Amino acid sequence: MEFKTILFYLFSAVTVFAALRVITARNPVHAALFLVLAFFNVAGLWMLLQAEFLALALIMVYVGAVMVLFLFVVMMLDINIERVRQGFWNNLPLGALVGLLMVGEMAVVLSGRYFGLANLPPQDHAANYSNTKELARLLYTDYAYPFEIASVILLVAIIAAVMLTLRGRKDNKAMHSSDQIAVKAKDRMRLVKMSPEVELPAPAAKEGEPT
Amino acid sequence: MMEATVLPLIEGLLGPLWPTVKPVWPLIWTLAKIVLILAPLLLSVAYLTFWERKVIGWMQVRIGPNRVGPWGLLQPIADGLKLFFKEVLFPTAADKKLFVLGPIMAIAPALAAWAVIPFSPGWVLANVDAGVLYLLAISSVGVYGIIVAGWASNSKYPFFGAMRASAQMISYEVSMGLGLITVLMVSNSLNLTEIVNAQSKGQFAGWGLGVFSWNWLPLLPMFAVYLISGVAETNRAPFDVVEGESEIVAGHMVEYSGMAFAMFFLAEYANMILISAMTSIFFLGGWLSPIGGLPNGFHWMAAKMAAILFFFLWIRATFPRYRYDQIMRLGWKVFVPLTLVWILVVGVWMMSPLTIWK
Repeated sequence: MEFKTILFYLFSAVTVFAALRVITARNPVHAALFLVLAFFNVAGLWMLLQAEFLALALIMVYVGAVMVLFLFVVMMLDINIERVRQGFWNNLPLGALVGLLMVGEMAVVLSGRYFGLANLPPQDHAANYSNTKELARLLYTDYAYPFEIASVILLVAIIAAVMLTLRGRKDNKAMHSSDQIAVKAKDRMRLVKMSPEVELPAPAAKEGEPT
Repeated sequence: MMEATVLPLIEGLLGPLWPTVKPVWPLIWTLAKIVLILAPLLLSVAYLTFWERKVIGWMQVRIGPNRVGPWGLLQPIADGLKLFFKEVLFPTAADKKLFVLGPIMAIAPALAAWAVIPFSPGWVLANVDAGVLYLLAISSVGVYGIIVAGWASNSKYPFFGAMRASAQMISYEVSMGLGLITVLMVSNSLNLTEIVNAQSKGQFAGWGLGVFSWNWLPLLPMFAVYLISGVAETNRAPFDVVEGESEIVAGHMVEYSGMAFAMFFLAEYANMILISAMTSIFFLGGWLSPIGGLPNGFHWMAAKMAAILFFFLWIRATFPRYRYDQIMRLGWKVFVPLTLVWILVVGVWMMSPLTIWK
């Protein structure tokens, strides 16, 4: 058996195990960390397919950024596992339907190879072939408009998400650094002119005061 | 590189045993190279802690460690031994598996990243084409160690530390990555060796003044952004709110003791050395000599790394800690827009007739 094949089975086995643990782990933080493990192994599989740019981008974007924020949220929530399980039997039919649909779609994708739809000859590339460059060339020339439209949609989504959660609280005491820097001494302090010595008024003598 | 010289020697030494060793030779050779990189690295980590204490001592008009060994030179060894023999305590409410996993996840990326760092022409473990991407991907994983440790400790201060770490490190990764894009644009490569070689060309290099052909001069704002983001990314002072001892004691490390605690320190200092190596490769010409006529080589790289490491220690002794909202403001409102604008500027510059990168 070739070394690559061994690696493939190793990565696949760990991916399948981690993916199963994502849905069976009782603790949501463990589940999220197993998802990270699954991402890592999928990146390894992509690396075997010589798609090193996609593999590293997967780690950088999903493992390095998305899952960190995901963990951030999951850790903050105190999820009660019993409450989450309550509606299990009610939601099962819908969930099973979606699951079956996905299995069917995957079957269609994979069966193409057996029905001879995807019998593309394997491509051999020169040693200096860079699929990063190839990917960039396609994205920025042939698919420039779809790429730009996708990025605009993402930008709109970002702004919408920010606007939905942006609420100015009345008791917000946040300070702005620029205002703090722009402050002048005379805004904060008033110098008052007064004579250094003031003559004390003579105390008025009161009658019947205890001595 | 050295394989051609070592191989006949080993063959002669093993004699008739060589055919049995031959199939696993690449594995042995790679492991040997890994040891050759990691052993000096860990030694540098140990003596970086010593140097830090000395430098900060001198800056504060103290002497610093001077009791263990001549001039205190054995201090890091003594510290290491002490930590090694201390008990690793597990809090009762901690998530044991993740509590152990935390330090491992912190140190693994800090060491794994060294696989693609070239020290001199050909002195690299893996000369891969996507080296920069690999570095960005691996260094973005480092934050997990802190988050997992903070959460698994099941205690308030570590958790605060983890929250701060995840927000801060993600923010500064963005500006670091964007800052590197200009370097990639002018070097026209993702390979670290190519990036260094691209800095050896230029008008000034032709005049024998290579120091002005390096990326730091035309990309000066990015150099500053990268260096400051590097300090923030390694959670060093003045951006060390993650472990700010006056606010949250030691952040994610509160519940750790012994070797588990030492792992976080190893990871932090290994990351510092990594950032200094990356900065010298991306902006300071790696192993290239600053002036013509002098030989290029690892000594220049080491000198540049040492200078950047000194900068790390210097600012730790000089600046007070940033306020948390100011750290976020600096990352998102200053660095990210600045890098985005500079990418545009460099792009226009490269396309214009004034381009210096041909």
